[in-house]
Amino acid sequence: MSEPKISVDVVRHVARLARLRVTDEEASALASQLSHVLDHMDELNALDVSEVPPTSHAIPLDSPFREDAVREGLSREEALAGAPLEIAGGFAVPKVLGGEG
Amino acid sequence: MTTYEAVIGLEVHAQLLTRTKLFCGCSAEYGAEPNTHVCPVCLGLPGALPVPNEKAIELAIRAGLALGCKVRTTSRFARKNYFYPDLSKNYQTSQYDEPIDEHGELVIEVDGVEKRIGITRAHLEEDAAKNVHGEGGGLHTVVDYNRAGTPLLEIVSEPDLRSAAEAEAYLKKLRDILMFIGVNDGNLEEGSFRCDANVSIRPVGQEEFGTRTELKNINSFKFVRKAIEYEIARQEAVVSSGGKIVQETRTWNEAQQKTVTMRSKEEAHDYRYFPCPDLPPIRVSEERIESIRASLPELPDAKRARYVEQLGLTPYDAGVLTGHPEIARFFEATLAALGDEKLGKKVANFIQSEVLRFVETRGLEATFPVKAEALAGLLALVEKGSINGKIAKQVFAEMVETGASAESIVESKGLAAVTDTAALEAEIQKVLDANPAQVEQYRGGKQAVFGFFVGQVMKATKGQADPKAVQEILRRLLG
Repeated sequence: MSEPKISVDVVRHVARLARLRVTDEEASALASQLSHVLDHMDELNALDVSEVPPTSHAIPLDSPFREDAVREGLSREEALAGAPLEIAGGFAVPKVLGGEG
Repeated sequence: MTTYEAVIGLEVHAQLLTRTKLFCGCSAEYGAEPNTHVCPVCLGLPGALPVPNEKAIELAIRAGLALGCKVRTTSRFARKNYFYPDLSKNYQTSQYDEPIDEHGELVIEVDGVEKRIGITRAHLEEDAAKNVHGEGGGLHTVVDYNRAGTPLLEIVSEPDLRSAAEAEAYLKKLRDILMFIGVNDGNLEEGSFRCDANVSIRPVGQEEFGTRTELKNINSFKFVRKAIEYEIARQEAVVSSGGKIVQETRTWNEAQQKTVTMRSKEEAHDYRYFPCPDLPPIRVSEERIESIRASLPELPDAKRARYVEQLGLTPYDAGVLTGHPEIARFFEATLAALGDEKLGKKVANFIQSEVLRFVETRGLEATFPVKAEALAGLLALVEKGSINGKIAKQVFAEMVETGASAESIVESKGLAAVTDTAALEAEIQKVLDANPAQVEQYRGGKQAVFGFFVGQVMKATKGQADPKAVQEILRRLLG
């Protein structure tokens, strides 16, 4: 078998970006599984699809639009009902250092 | 010594003037109590599905056309993935490889030299929530999702700008256009027009770009200019002393008069964009695009040129009167009510000298002391010769004070010009009779006394006499 397409390092990187904790075993298992998926893509690559536009959506549908009219949303109480903590009408989360905002 | 040149590209986030958010019917109004304009869509609750706001798409197309962009008939929303509490979904819905507007340009003028600045793209995206750090005894960040989901148009320039002055000119021009086409209210303080600047330097003559820093969260034109100037000087100092520029995000610290490093979102540049499965492609017909193009108003540059060429205004005056869309509208409405284009210069002068000091603008709105029609009524009286320019200013002050029409003020205060020559002549004779010594002086060759008589007559007629007529009669009677 050729070099795996997805290395363990790539798996770790993507896992970190997605805030997923993976053990070493999981990382190597995932690397091999994800590589298999890409190997399968190679089989599809054998087909000539130069005349077919890329599909980003499975359903052939154009976006419907919404009129620019205000609709009642949730009350603040409803909105905050699931908040872990409320401070001054806002969702309070553990402090993050000032970022891009 | 090496000479460096700056390379600057700007990213502007302009809030689109819709009533509601980009993907839900929540109000996009600024300044409400925290978390009162929210719903399952903008809070990112499971199962909620976004539906694009047609008005936002239209405004994005409008802006694209005004900026000379090619508008895509098919564009797509993508997910920009990152973790930060300003996002409820852990991704921002934006556009990536198929933005709605591409390949535009804007022409700026700095020190009398015109320069074309390319616009790479303008894409639609939703705004993030507002975070307040250090709440709850310094332990918490508090999130207000009112702003989350508000429609933004991110307008990205080519790295064509070479100085802080050019960057400022570009921003002003862009803001001007967006305001005149009703797409954005141009309010930097409230954050509805925000600017980020990518700044790098390179030795003059080098093709390749240097490492850039990104200046963020700068909320006034003045600060943009200062921040860019500072940043260029800082980078030159670093490079000249053998150092390397670190790619980072910086912001302007007005108190310290310098740019400072900002902490940025972790791994901020690995956003893993992919097409948003919840949002099918946005398709707009060519006909629709053309009908939006046809609905575009006259753009500020064209307006200024018309004021100069057709109405005879100076470029400076044309600039003042197009300083805000409502001021231009007021000027044009006054002129239209007068029904004579030849009066353009006079109307422009009166608005600048008398009206503008009462005008207050806030965003796209402006308040005027009187209605354009009422001002036209006043200026029409001047044109007819019923009152002179000096009285007109007095009447205008009264109009502002009382809201009454020019005609009624002129009538009730008896300000109409003394046009009856016989009556005027009688007044003048009275003045001459009362000042025999001066009459003697004048006749004895002392021409300077003439001004004294004019003054006395104007005083006697409370300034209502036509100065030209006064002079004529005086010369005759003294002659």
